[in-house]
Amino acid sequence: MSEVFGIPTQALFGQLLIGLINGSFYALLSLGLAVIFGLLNIINFTHGAQYMMGAFCAWFLLNKLGLNYWWALILAPIIVGATGVVIERLMLRRLYKLDHLYGLLLTFGLALIIQGLFRQEFGSTGLPYAMPKALEGGQNLGFIFLPNYRAWVVVASVAVCLGTWYLIEKTKLGSYLRAATENPQLVQAFGVNVPRMVTLTYGFGVGLAALAGVMAAPIYSVSPLMGADLIIVVFAVVVIGGMSSIMGSILTGFLLGLVEGLTKVFYPEASNTVIFIIMAIVLMIKPAGLFGAQR
Amino acid sequence: MLVRRGFGIAAAFALSAGLAQAQISDGVIKVGVMNDQSGTYADLAGPGSVVAARMAVEDFGAAKKGMKVEILVADHQNKPEVGSSVARQWYDVDKVDLILDVPTSSVVLAVNQVTREKNKAFIVSTGATSDLTGKACSPNSIHWTYDTWSLANGTGSAIVKTGGDSWFFLTADYAFGHALERDTEAVVLKNGGKVNGKVRHPFPSADMSSFLLQAQSSKAKIIGLANAGADTINAIKQGAEFGIAKGGQQFAGLLVFLTDVHSLGLNVAQGLILTESFYWDLNDETRAFSKRFAQRHKGAMPTMVQAGVYSALLHYLKAVEALKSDDGPKVIAKMKEMPTDDPLFGKGRVRQDGRKIHDMYPFEVKKPAESKGAWDYYKLRATIPAEQAFRPEKDGGCPLVK
Repeated sequence: MSEVFGIPTQALFGQLLIGLINGSFYALLSLGLAVIFGLLNIINFTHGAQYMMGAFCAWFLLNKLGLNYWWALILAPIIVGATGVVIERLMLRRLYKLDHLYGLLLTFGLALIIQGLFRQEFGSTGLPYAMPKALEGGQNLGFIFLPNYRAWVVVASVAVCLGTWYLIEKTKLGSYLRAATENPQLVQAFGVNVPRMVTLTYGFGVGLAALAGVMAAPIYSVSPLMGADLIIVVFAVVVIGGMSSIMGSILTGFLLGLVEGLTKVFYPEASNTVIFIIMAIVLMIKPAGLFGAQR
Repeated sequence: MLVRRGFGIAAAFALSAGLAQAQISDGVIKVGVMNDQSGTYADLAGPGSVVAARMAVEDFGAAKKGMKVEILVADHQNKPEVGSSVARQWYDVDKVDLILDVPTSSVVLAVNQVTREKNKAFIVSTGATSDLTGKACSPNSIHWTYDTWSLANGTGSAIVKTGGDSWFFLTADYAFGHALERDTEAVVLKNGGKVNGKVRHPFPSADMSSFLLQAQSSKAKIIGLANAGADTINAIKQGAEFGIAKGGQQFAGLLVFLTDVHSLGLNVAQGLILTESFYWDLNDETRAFSKRFAQRHKGAMPTMVQAGVYSALLHYLKAVEALKSDDGPKVIAKMKEMPTDDPLFGKGRVRQDGRKIHDMYPFEVKKPAESKGAWDYYKLRATIPAEQAFRPEKDGGCPLVK
């Protein structure tokens, strides 16, 4: 069962589907990162912590306020996004004119502080978060028992990713945003409030991370370290996709989920490293990433 | 991983300034509690182990007896290289006499080596590998609370005897997982079961679904989880989602701690069979200790390894008192000579190979309806007497056993 070609096709389909599900999380998270980097030039290392905050927010809403999963899907991104707005206003704003490195250091430091605070308060083992009733159970597809919840994750993630892509690449609001990245003074001269737009963009990117966190809460342990374990992988995904390419980060997210899924079948010991190997190869051959343009 | 702080001695803590004994090095007994203070094993050992160590010093009455005991703490981040460099610094610079606790088998084996080299003392409570009393055994080390063999023996044979005779292993890909898998496989085969397959996952892994799918297609009745902490929690949680139980398969938690069950919640964890050497609700004495412990540790009941830190340090201090010396190998030899007796593990002894023996208990996790509240999680299924609970001394391959 573990030989290289000894795997029945049916089992392989199952594994590919699982890869797609994990890819949904990569896509959602790397999308948020790409939005923030593409439009703000900030390498947001706090992203993993914000993903974790999304999951904790869902836990709080359920256990302290009695608001269920569906409320959390709407409220957690808004609440965590609002904390992002505060961070942008108070801190990030001062760094736009400086090298990328400063933003990276600031957000990395923030991530450590946030994780430390949560760990101090909640310990490291994690908290239970029940599956929403409506999505319990699953479908037997013959080659795999697909839990309803996982199917929902894929569908929701694809919808959010495409929606975001459409918003930024195809709408008027999106064109303002992109123009403001190219030439903020000019756009400001047209009467657009660029600083506010930038603030809201950061809040939106952070909200995407929180949304992924809420979606992760019922399947992974809600723990302070959940983001720290994931963020490095997601950064690799963004680098492979091309730092500022929205569609690139989405496609790469799903693609690498699939690659990782296959690795888990053929050589599970390497499944944590395979993404970094791909990253190294891509950086050597196409330094701007698969979908990125040279900046 | 980037997102961790560098190691550092988090706290130094001195008790009493009584008269130092002449034979005690530097006039103070220095105990270094080394474990995972912030990562995946921080709740099951971590700061709780430090609380337990302090309680042991107080309950022993070190101050009254004029013994000065100091406790140091370090975070080894589950990395062998960090563990051995902390150990070297402690032994060489800080004059530490005993290193205590130490989760993560790969770190245990590294620190074991350093301790032997520096001729100090090392007592393991949280680390699991049975190699510590097998081929890696040392006159400087004692393995206190449990090991992979005793878990395999407790859980493995309990399950095979009730019909769970075909197994698939989900194994954490490092020293501990390999040892646990090997020891359990031996028990399964010995009891007439068979192993349908195994998969080794990177440590740590958040997503277990792919491995669970492989376990499902193996058609094994039992999925043995040869991992720990967050990996075990995620596997059980996601197993519920992928309908493992509905497909007629059952999990065997080869190393599940009380804190893991607390995190899973009884809804998901119910029915799980696991083996421990200590549970807070075993008898009046364990309840009394656990209540005191919880008051000092955010209301959390002690895990078996935290209880083990308490019990081990108590016995160590007794040996130092009797010997009037804190010389590493001499104290370890004295600890082997003196029978052990404490409120948490009852009577027992330390064997020549460094194995501390006491009863082991296979438990079953309660259904939500059976639980009276937080931390009321286990039903006792059996008691394995001390002499049968651990690998026979002659089978370990320890050169100290003649």
